[in-house]
Amino acid sequence: MFVNSFNVRTFAPNLKQGIFNPVRMRINTLKNIILSALFIAVFNVSFASDSKEGDGDEKFNPNEMIMHHVKDAHEFHIIDWNKKPISLPLPIILWTDNGLTTFMSSGFHHDDSGKEIVEKNGGKFVKFHEKIYQLNDGETVAVFNDKHELTNAVKPLDFSITRNVFMMWVSVIVLLFIFFSAARSYKKSKNNVPSGIGSFVEPLVVFVRDEIARPMIGEHKYKRYMPYLLTVFFFIWINNIFGLIPILNGANLSGNIAFTMVLALFTFIITTLSGNKNYWQHIFWMPGVPVPMKIFLMPIEIIGMFTKPISLMIRLFANITAGHIIILALMSLIFIFKSVAIAPVSVAFSLFITVIEIVVTAIQAYIFTILSALYFGMATEEAHH
Amino acid sequence: MELVNPGFGLVFWTAITFLILLFILRKFAWKPILGAVSDREEGIKDALASAEKARQEMENLTADNERILQEARAEREAMLKDARDMKNKMISDAKEEAQAQASKMIEQAQAAIESEKKAAMAELKSHVAGLSIDIAEKVVRDELSNKDKQLKLVEGMLGEATLN
Repeated sequence: MFVNSFNVRTFAPNLKQGIFNPVRMRINTLKNIILSALFIAVFNVSFASDSKEGDGDEKFNPNEMIMHHVKDAHEFHIIDWNKKPISLPLPIILWTDNGLTTFMSSGFHHDDSGKEIVEKNGGKFVKFHEKIYQLNDGETVAVFNDKHELTNAVKPLDFSITRNVFMMWVSVIVLLFIFFSAARSYKKSKNNVPSGIGSFVEPLVVFVRDEIARPMIGEHKYKRYMPYLLTVFFFIWINNIFGLIPILNGANLSGNIAFTMVLALFTFIITTLSGNKNYWQHIFWMPGVPVPMKIFLMPIEIIGMFTKPISLMIRLFANITAGHIIILALMSLIFIFKSVAIAPVSVAFSLFITVIEIVVTAIQAYIFTILSALYFGMATEEAHH
Repeated sequence: MELVNPGFGLVFWTAITFLILLFILRKFAWKPILGAVSDREEGIKDALASAEKARQEMENLTADNERILQEARAEREAMLKDARDMKNKMISDAKEEAQAQASKMIEQAQAAIESEKKAAMAELKSHVAGLSIDIAEKVVRDELSNKDKQLKLVEGMLGEATLN
């Protein structure tokens, strides 16, 4: 949150700040206060629980619970029923020395401690902290050292359809459904007036075009970038929203750094490929300043080329993950204090944060898209000296 | 720390999924939607432009009408003025003619009266002359019987005759 207001100001001085900033600043302050208060509480308790390990697995560890929800997983855990987890098994796809190895995650029987061994394709596999390890030849059990690290196993390349990949495909299907229906509704009408989903989607598409692409890239070149900007905007937004739906178990795709990294990488590639002479000149030999200044600015600008997409990556990841952590931490308060009395407070606060998060889903999609558009605009801007 | 370590599998699948999504949406969603929106906007722009044009034409037309009306009014005014002048002229002409006619008729009448009078006078004269001769005859016949009286008569008559 601080990341994003800072970056918007640094990299996009010509952004219309007035629209979002006052609101966001207020939200930020509130969020920060709550966040810091909670983190103190959570970490204190988790340290306390660490010291008392061995009391039994009944002990509630909020840190572990939150990390489990925020991180990726190999099965789609829906609910615990009579102390037995009900979950959707997902395929595990590994590239090992013996070639492609696939099996279902149900083979581990919900074990995440490395005890359950699956034998497949001549290899022995264990799952430990949602990572798949292949035991070295001849080993029969996973051996851990003091730091809870596996000592006798290697990590094969993991192409598994994890919870996040699964949710990503669900979101793709939903996106395709929405936009195919929208496109069809235009085709059906004689005078290009949309109906149904189309009339809901059109203002959003026009918003991306008129408020993001046109002002940032310019009237003549914006059309080339429209498909990318629209796809990124809706892909991020819908995955942000999916992350907030509790029954989907908060599949935290847009709060996963792998996801944001790929999107930021695409923005970086497109920016670099569409950079014109003027853009490269501004990086390597800044016009209009004295020669010592040119030399001084060159490394800064070269670093800037990379910090822009990196800031995109971190901003989206941090905002979404932080939102999830806050909501989960608020819910954990009930179990930390072991009191039902705290529940109304937790529910009220997490409801409040959830409402803010709903706004953040759109804002973060908007910011990612508008900054991408801004970088494209910088790359294609013509010299005007 | 694991939170900020991108997992290879998710990177791989995200890249592939995003590229496919971008390709499909570009072809089957963004193109038709953006095309339709811009078509419609063009249509609206055209319609507005033609409406503006029609309004301009309408304005021109009204201005023309106004001008024509003005002209017609002026023409009518002129025609009325002409007619009034004509009427006045005709009236005065007629008056003059009538005057002339009247005076001519009066003159003729006077002339006729004069000639009638002259004729009447002449007739009267001849009549009087005849009557006078008759009287004279009778008187003479009577007078001639007496010599003195004859002479006296002649003298008297002669004297009278010079008067006429």
